[in-house]
Amino acid sequence: MEFNNNKAIYLQIIDLICEKVLKGNWSEGDKIPSVRQMAVELEVNPNTVARSYSSLQDDGVIFNKRGIGYFISENATSVVQQFSKAEFMKNDIPRFFKTMNLLGISIEELSKIYNQQIN
Amino acid sequence: MIEINQLTFGYTKRNILYDALDLQLKEGNIYGLLGENGAGKSTLLMLIAGLKKPLSGSINVGGHEADHGSAEFLREVFFIPEEMTFPNITVSDYISVLSPFYPKFNHQHFIEMITEFGLSEDQKMNNMSYGQKKKVIISIGLASNTRLLLMDEPTNGLDIPSKSQFRKLVAKYMSDDRVFLISTHQVRDLESLIDPIVIVDNGKVVFNETLETISEKLLFTTAEKVEASDVIYVENGVAEDKVVAMNHSGEPSRINLELLFNAVLTEKTKMNQALPTQQIKY
Repeated sequence: MEFNNNKAIYLQIIDLICEKVLKGNWSEGDKIPSVRQMAVELEVNPNTVARSYSSLQDDGVIFNKRGIGYFISENATSVVQQFSKAEFMKNDIPRFFKTMNLLGISIEELSKIYNQQIN
Repeated sequence: MIEINQLTFGYTKRNILYDALDLQLKEGNIYGLLGENGAGKSTLLMLIAGLKKPLSGSINVGGHEADHGSAEFLREVFFIPEEMTFPNITVSDYISVLSPFYPKFNHQHFIEMITEFGLSEDQKMNNMSYGQKKKVIISIGLASNTRLLLMDEPTNGLDIPSKSQFRKLVAKYMSDDRVFLISTHQVRDLESLIDPIVIVDNGKVVFNETLETISEKLLFTTAEKVEASDVIYVENGVAEDKVVAMNHSGEPSRINLELLFNAVLTEKTKMNQALPTQQIKY
């Protein structure tokens, strides 16, 4: 995996796992790679992965069965959706609106394009 | 696990390299040791390995004074130097001579590692290239299972795929009861691996922080994204001006180690304000 330069690596690992949940690669109840396996695969410090996992656990996306490993939580998909939506609203939307404004694109014009694309 | 107190060292008494240096290293961490050329990174590693004797002060590794060279100390320390000389024997002969000194040496892990590096036990060590010798010594160090593993510029001489293998192996063989201390100039090779970051300058440890604390207090971004008054350090570029700035939101950014290093060495006062827990000593 290539990390991008702007975001802390532990957050990029969280994003990676959330993406796998949203795309359905990992389903609720699935066992995920151990901290060590993930660190080896991504070539990062195991403590960084441990931090990502601990944060995902706090948010209820994964849970830990002592001595067995980490698993995707029962309502992980809806939790991840909520988080991703909040992040989209907070980070992507403002940037998007700024560009629209800069290029003089009206909300009506956008709405037309949106309807065309979705239908 | 490693306690260095008031360490003073110089190659001659008039030319002091380290003056009253203090440093604590805790198990379960892969420390990155950064410093300019001649700052004494290699010397510090040799001092911790007990290969040099301090003029004054103490270096205690897991309850043992480094310069006493007791067997209990030596079996728990492995040093991967930058320059290596090997006798003209095969890898397997070398291992049979060396491994008895390291009671926790895992032969199976060693074979796995050198195989992954494309080497075999039957090869003569003298016929190997610098990079191949490096791969052997890295594999021995990781397989030795010593509590302390010191590496001096380990990625020097490694080809591109081997650098990736090196990172994988370090992540694999790091454990909660080991300390890895890696000195490097190649911060890009090891950026995602080393944490905490230790910086030596002018005979002192001037910085010793975890990535978590660094990213909580400092923002690594471009000039137009922050208030000018928050900027601590700038590097002007054609495309963008990279900055280290105060982080008021606590929102973490990706740490740029080269930028951090330059900021620590040039903006001591401002860095002290941004990281008040960190005494940047001069």
